[in-house]
Amino acid sequence: MRSHAKRLPSRPVILLLQLGVLIAFFLIWHVLTDTKILSPFFFGTPGAVLARTWADFASGVIWYHLGITLLETALAFVIGTVAGIAFGFWFARAPLVSIVFDPYIKAVNALPRVVLAPIFALWLGLGIWSKVALGVTLVFFIVFFNVYQGVKEVSPVVLANARMLGASSRDLFRHVYLPSALSWVFSSLHTAVGFAMVGAVVGEYLGSAAGLGYRIHQAEGVFDTVGVFSGMLVLTIFVVLIDAAVTMIEKRLLHWRPQDTSGGQH
Amino acid sequence: MAEAAAAPALQLEGVTCTFPSPDGRGRSYTAVQGASFTVADGEFVSIVGPTGSGKSTMLNVAAGLLKPSEGRALTFGQPVTGINPKAGYMFQAEALMPWKSALDNVAAGLEFRGVSRAEARERALPWLSRVGLEGFGDRFPHQLSGGMRKRVALAQTLIVDPKIILMDEPFSALDVQTRQMMENELLDLWATDRKSVVFITHDLEEAIAMSDRVLVLSAGPGARLIGEYRIDLDRPRDVAEIRMTPQFLALHQEIWAQLRDEVLKGYAQTKLR
Repeated sequence: MRSHAKRLPSRPVILLLQLGVLIAFFLIWHVLTDTKILSPFFFGTPGAVLARTWADFASGVIWYHLGITLLETALAFVIGTVAGIAFGFWFARAPLVSIVFDPYIKAVNALPRVVLAPIFALWLGLGIWSKVALGVTLVFFIVFFNVYQGVKEVSPVVLANARMLGASSRDLFRHVYLPSALSWVFSSLHTAVGFAMVGAVVGEYLGSAAGLGYRIHQAEGVFDTVGVFSGMLVLTIFVVLIDAAVTMIEKRLLHWRPQDTSGGQH
Repeated sequence: MAEAAAAPALQLEGVTCTFPSPDGRGRSYTAVQGASFTVADGEFVSIVGPTGSGKSTMLNVAAGLLKPSEGRALTFGQPVTGINPKAGYMFQAEALMPWKSALDNVAAGLEFRGVSRAEARERALPWLSRVGLEGFGDRFPHQLSGGMRKRVALAQTLIVDPKIILMDEPFSALDVQTRQMMENELLDLWATDRKSVVFITHDLEEAIAMSDRVLVLSAGPGARLIGEYRIDLDRPRDVAEIRMTPQFLALHQEIWAQLRDEVLKGYAQTKLR
């Protein structure tokens, strides 16, 4: 006898339902703006947004801005991750350092990072580096806390076992601490990549000459709602694609983990 | 050379282990008090005692994972400072590296000794089949059953050829059938190259069935060694069958008479805590 829990329909059916939700959303939007219940000036129309997006891709203008945002995201992610791993290890292995810096780390982490954007723009100019810096401040703390936790949470038995098997401190780092810390980093990968992107787009929005955030800001400045929605659409597609890529990487790298605990930790 | 051969594989001299109380104030806790014993080369010795009697503490001293407050440990005549290089340790808790496959876990000890990864994996393969896990090399620990994980841990410990094997209730988490099978397999492996074994358990039957000698530890805190019994049952043994023999029952009765009081004391203390 099977349990009475409701069984979910098969995968193609679910995909079809998900597609249905998307179509329904655009349909409702279309009907509401077409009948003028919602003003097309403030809400755009799905047809115009799709046409604009298509035109941007067809003419190739959008690729340059996408490229800039992607570059900023990638740089923020890599720099933030490397710094987070290095500092996470250092703090976890040096208790005095971690105790002394603890209140400051918490204070900086509690600061809403958006307020740093103007400062970074002043320091680093309106080019990509002020956006990368903003992304780094977001990514760094996620990775830092995860690595710190990962190193601290290494099972003392696993550690003692490795030492009994003759592991030197270098071996312990390579075979025990690093894999443990990396598993925590990978499980926060979605959040980290997302924040790298937030840093890039918010930075662009607040002052730049290129990128998706810049495009949205420009459109907003001339009350071009269709342009704003088109920018959001491109951003959404872009995020979904990156997220799918991260899921694939995660599956490859964390295959040693039991499935039920592979959820995010952060 | 003759001297080295005569030195016991393991010798504990007046080992006392005192731990500060967890809150940093109040009284400290003495786990083991003045424990002295030796384990000859190739001897299988079990230590039984009630829960909380500091059995694992003594093993950690022998392994060099814990520095005793007083006394010292010697291995083949050499004082143990730092990790005991002659010893292998099988832990009670899960000790496999969860991010390594079964094969890589077995190979780890060789890798730590500077053997290349490819060669270490090649040499680990026969060890996997020796513990009955042929074809399971690419599984990760979470994909194996509790008994299989213990087998991997056994191969992992034995591959680096330790002269002394320290075992801390290695099979206590297994069901009875798996456990007896593992006990027999351990005895078979031990019989092929007679290493010294220090086997910790709270199960007196397991201790008698497997050992040459059984040491009885009193209830903690401040546990002391209070009894020593030679087990002259014939080898090879089958741990399930030997339990039926009259000799076994006589030994069991004799040791249990002493152990029972300690178990009761230990139980009374856990109730008080």
